[in-house]
Amino acid sequence: MEKFKTILSSAVPLPIEEVDTDQIIPARFLKATTREGFGENLFRDWRFHPDGSPKQDFILNNPIYTGTILVAGKNFGCGSSREHAAWALADYGFRVVVSSFFADIFRGNALNNGILPVQVTDAFLQVLFLAIEKDPETPIQVDLENQEISLPATGEKTYFDIDPYKKLCLLNGYDDIEYLLSLKPQIEAFEKQLIH
Amino acid sequence: MGKTLFDKIWDAHVVTQVQGGMKVLYIDRHFIHEVTSPQAFDGLEQRNIPVFRTQKTIATADHNVPTINQHLPIAEPLSRFQVDKLTENCDKFGVNLYGLGHQYQGIVHVIGPELGITQPGMTIVCGDSHTSTHGAFGCIAFGIGTSQVEQVLATQCLLQTRPKRMRITIDGKLQAGVLSKDIILYIISKLSASGGTGYFVEYAGSAISSLSMEARMTICNMSIEMGARGGLIAPDDITFDYVKGRLFAPQGADWDFKLAYWKTLYSDPDAKFDQEYYFDADDIAPMVTYGTNPGMGIKVTDQIPQPEEANQVTFNKALNYMGVESGESLMGKTIEYVFIGSCTNSRIEDLRMVAEYVKGKQKAPHVSAMIVPGSKQVEMQVKAEGLDEIFKAAGFEFREPGCSACLGMNEDKIPKGAYCVSTSNRNFEGRQGPGARTILASPLTAAAAAIAGKIVDVRSHLN
Repeated sequence: MEKFKTILSSAVPLPIEEVDTDQIIPARFLKATTREGFGENLFRDWRFHPDGSPKQDFILNNPIYTGTILVAGKNFGCGSSREHAAWALADYGFRVVVSSFFADIFRGNALNNGILPVQVTDAFLQVLFLAIEKDPETPIQVDLENQEISLPATGEKTYFDIDPYKKLCLLNGYDDIEYLLSLKPQIEAFEKQLIH
Repeated sequence: MGKTLFDKIWDAHVVTQVQGGMKVLYIDRHFIHEVTSPQAFDGLEQRNIPVFRTQKTIATADHNVPTINQHLPIAEPLSRFQVDKLTENCDKFGVNLYGLGHQYQGIVHVIGPELGITQPGMTIVCGDSHTSTHGAFGCIAFGIGTSQVEQVLATQCLLQTRPKRMRITIDGKLQAGVLSKDIILYIISKLSASGGTGYFVEYAGSAISSLSMEARMTICNMSIEMGARGGLIAPDDITFDYVKGRLFAPQGADWDFKLAYWKTLYSDPDAKFDQEYYFDADDIAPMVTYGTNPGMGIKVTDQIPQPEEANQVTFNKALNYMGVESGESLMGKTIEYVFIGSCTNSRIEDLRMVAEYVKGKQKAPHVSAMIVPGSKQVEMQVKAEGLDEIFKAAGFEFREPGCSACLGMNEDKIPKGAYCVSTSNRNFEGRQGPGARTILASPLTAAAAAIAGKIVDVRSHLN
């Protein structure tokens, strides 16, 4: 996994709540057996007409919004456990998703793919939406080390939570699997007491 | 202080704790399917490591399979490639596969319980959010991503944060025509699609303990639809009777040993939950959804509510997609499709209930009605009981097992703009196909809609 460094970027606003992983990547695009290439179908049915032409009113098709940060309404990533949703966001180029609430499985999948889910209050989320609306190029800074998201233009900032272990993994580019593999002897010993 | 059912199982599976609080959780059983496993096997291959405990992983093909002509090669090349890839990976890594055509093939969450693989007190995961289904047996069962599938294949363990504990108690007796599907749709409509996030939910109360195992599975199955990682129900005699004698169930002295343990699996009277809800079974009516998440549900006799100010944009977007309005009743609404199937409602009891209802009746001429069994075993049982003949006579199509029209991945899709009353679990935009409009309901409400050609209150149409 790539190391996560402080990000300073403009953001793409998606002020919709309950964005489920079927919207992020519809099931009919889950037939691939590798992790690559899902970005082109990110938000497929919101982004494109059935004939493949772009829907002009969708945010990703609006050239004034760019950047590696997605700011979305609450309960982002609910529904299916498909990690393809995280792969699609990463493949498209997003490194951070900001929301006032994340679905559990999506949060884990994002973290396992170097995408940082930043959970903020409803009020701060509105601050971000307004700032982006006012100036689509306004930079947003996401500082993982200090667990802080801020708007350098106005100085507004807030702290966000992250599990200390997952933070360490992101900052250093570690995968869970390396750690788990290092525990093999302990796992084997534990198995002796299992009931099932 | 006493322990909750969840805590008892969780504590028995913690291998060690990571600095910062995450736990290394041992996983007793791991189900895999063709869609969320190929990249995990690739990962093992790249690291050159084997599957750690091959006997604890069980594979089947379900999401991407056609539900007709399963004896023929899969027509769609990408689907065929993915299903073949699963076979290849299982062969290479020594994982037991119930592939297409196998007598034990079916939807992962149907075959696990029916084969006796799912047993009380286990930790169970699968790269599928409806793994919560297995919680009906008193298991910690939850969906995971593909990176985690790889971790379980490699180490039989996962890194997990301990969730909060919620209990939902439902006491009383259900009205005739009200099913366990209505219970869970009712609960989600009360708690919203995110009300359970961060929690594991224990379902309790007399309205739950009186349910059959299959009805309990329907409830736990949809725990994820309110954001909960999983749901569980304390195992009891109904559970033990269900498990006993199944293919992989313990036998003899092993059965006695495990049964004694399983009987300790309940929340102690003084156990404390982070959150508790109470509902009255008598208040639950047949439910239907009107929007694009499972929290947007109403009693079939109610009107679609007005939006709350805070979420107007999302609410109106959903109603616009569904072609409905606030204040409208769905009763009498013409529907074009009925789908009875999915890991929520495709078990033999569901199909027996539907057969009993539609026997001697005829579906409305403008409705396409499809019944898809959850597994080969269910399909064979349906045929043994002659239910397929009843379905056929009533104008319903009876298919072969798979996830089918639940997720718009395989060939079974609902056309753009069409209304489908579905016994599945998700009414998301495009879930059943681009532009498809899903109305979630119980198998009885779905069957009644197929016959009437519109949405009806099944309570006034019971045989």
